[in-house]
Amino acid sequence: MAQGFFQLAIALAILLVVAPFLGKYMARVFMGQRTVLDPVASPLERLLFSTGGFSNQPSMTGGQYIRAILVSNLVMGILVFLIFMLQGVLPLNPTGLDAPNWDLALHTAISFVTNTNQQHYSGETTYTYFSQAGALGFLMFTSAATGIAVAIAFIRGLTGNALGNFYVDLTLSITRILLPISIVGAIALVIAGVPETFAGPAVAQTLEGATQYIARGPVAHFEIIKELGENGGGFFGINSAHPYENPNNFTNLLTNIIMLVIPAGLILTYGIMAGKPRQGWFIFGMVFVFYAALIAIAAVGEFQGNPLVNGILGEQAPNLEGKEVRFGWALTALWAVSTTGTMCGAVNGMHDSLMPPGGFATLSDMFLQIVWGGQGTGTAYLFVFLILTVFLTGLMVGRTPEFLSRKIEKREIVLASIILLAHPIAILIPGAITLAFPETLAGISNPGFHGISQVIYEYASAAANNGSGFEGLGDDTLWWNLSASFSLLVGRYIPIVALIYLADSMAQKQPVPETAGTLYTDSVLFTGVTAGTILILGALTFLPVLALGPIAEGFAIAKAAAGG
Amino acid sequence: MIQDITTSIRTTVVLWLLTALIYPLLILVIGQGIFPAQANGSLIVNDQGQVIGSTLIGQAFSSEEYFWSRPSAVDYSIGEAAAPTGLSGATNLAPSNPDLLALTEERAEILQAANIAPTADLLYSSGSGLDPHISPASAIAQIDRIAAVRNLSLDDLQTLITQNTEGRFLGIFGEPAVNTVTLNLSLDQR
Repeated sequence: MAQGFFQLAIALAILLVVAPFLGKYMARVFMGQRTVLDPVASPLERLLFSTGGFSNQPSMTGGQYIRAILVSNLVMGILVFLIFMLQGVLPLNPTGLDAPNWDLALHTAISFVTNTNQQHYSGETTYTYFSQAGALGFLMFTSAATGIAVAIAFIRGLTGNALGNFYVDLTLSITRILLPISIVGAIALVIAGVPETFAGPAVAQTLEGATQYIARGPVAHFEIIKELGENGGGFFGINSAHPYENPNNFTNLLTNIIMLVIPAGLILTYGIMAGKPRQGWFIFGMVFVFYAALIAIAAVGEFQGNPLVNGILGEQAPNLEGKEVRFGWALTALWAVSTTGTMCGAVNGMHDSLMPPGGFATLSDMFLQIVWGGQGTGTAYLFVFLILTVFLTGLMVGRTPEFLSRKIEKREIVLASIILLAHPIAILIPGAITLAFPETLAGISNPGFHGISQVIYEYASAAANNGSGFEGLGDDTLWWNLSASFSLLVGRYIPIVALIYLADSMAQKQPVPETAGTLYTDSVLFTGVTAGTILILGALTFLPVLALGPIAEGFAIAKAAAGG
Repeated sequence: MIQDITTSIRTTVVLWLLTALIYPLLILVIGQGIFPAQANGSLIVNDQGQVIGSTLIGQAFSSEEYFWSRPSAVDYSIGEAAAPTGLSGATNLAPSNPDLLALTEERAEILQAANIAPTADLLYSSGSGLDPHISPASAIAQIDRIAAVRNLSLDDLQTLITQNTEGRFLGIFGEPAVNTVTLNLSLDQR
């Protein structure tokens, strides 16, 4: 157990070292300062800007920015949907796959365009290499870049600056951040054993003389952006548990840290861009505490194992159902909390088979959406909570609330409330409908309280744009594809539209001078109140389903183990 | 609006060329050109030039003369059910599911019948269904049987197990893991 927790501590320490570097670098990129990549990236960007047709376009208004996001995402989604439907006649199809059902193709396109990568399919049996590299891999870059652009525009607006140009920020996110790291990372992954080939599955005669079909493909380039962009959609059905996606503990550590660096770094980017690095660190610290606590909860649960199976073993052993030996209980728990916290959604062990504390931690991550949070959007949600906390504390002391020297008024609070309310609406309402028809709609594969968790997890994963699942759920049905698509769209675009309007309205406000009565937001006290606000507003909404799902399941297992 | 549509289409095209064509091809060329063994799946080829597996992908082992591998929900992508694409998959059984308890009980009986004291990794099925590894304890638990069937000394087997064990990364990360494919292959090659 000590060795396990030592691994976790070292992994967190690595994150603490790496995230500030990337945070500073991203701030330089979006403030237009010189960076080491200038000699290569600048000419490429000039080419992309001019071919894209937005070389000299001015900064956008809120409405223009929103329209650009929606239209560009729609265009990309349509392109990808068409590729899926035509994959049977497109090249790079060594196993002769046909087009998937339209509803699965639609769900997949929406799921990847929203940076979710929820998968109601297994990659190796459903999508061709062309669909994977040319459609899914493409959206892995653009959907992540869309998230980063939104966060940067949001930060600019909060600090009273113009929002910027969406197409420029989209391109810069790719050329300066996502692509360079992906190239280096993909090469590292190939060296470590991740395949990159267009050859079809290998057919092997095993040592015992049976015929084994070994799925392969262009995995390495896909794998790195999958984690870096918080996408999470596995090349293979079983995602990062697959030995070709994640062959050893070098690749596991690399990809686990890679999935954390952008959301963690962006918090510090904010501090730098706002001229308040101290506040960036306070928020970073708060999220870090949430993160470490959830890891501890999940890890202890997995370490203690399943008491029912421990009875058969005659001793206490970690729960290894759905886990790979090489990763063990500690690194699977770390990954599970990281992937649901950052909205990556890749898995290196099966979440359906986690012990109830693991289910509790992963669900909580997706309910809160700020334990690092999604690519760009997580940072923005943090500031929505900060604004709400300023508002609440302002009410307590009877002053007009101000944040970054700008007054928070009715319009801002309405927009912040919309952002917070979209999430439970997109989870609990379809969840309630589905649970009302357990036989026809739900597709639950595990009986009892865990079945409730399966359904809620699927919608939470969709609405939070996470993409992981309790994968026993029978989810490739018309109902699941369409209802999850609803949660995907509501969970992605309503908050983004509201965030941009919020930033726009903050940017247009006259700054008020700081006085002795100004509430300072970079203090331990304020950060503590913010943490309380997050727990009260974020967690209480979902407490009933947590109680009915993982908490009840935990008690049921304890009771069964005690002989009840 | 028209302006948005044309800019979006043009941006989509250039970004598609960059991220979905140039970038994968660059990695493909580097992988196939410099690291072809890894890029093609770390396949193991026997003297006759036939592929007999991959060092990274587990195989089903149930006969007496091999170290057994972990339970797999997809039978290690073996047989007609896996053709032609190959499979991966897990049971996705919840800890509270009675089926999980029944399955582990059944496996414990099989292991006990073979004189193997049940270990966690041999009772629980893997996440990928392709896990090539077992824990060192699970390998040690099978060592007597292999020694008897193959007429090998325990010391020799111990050495083989150590040679086919992947330690923790940097001595810190992960769990020590015995690769059953390479271990069993080295048994055959003795």
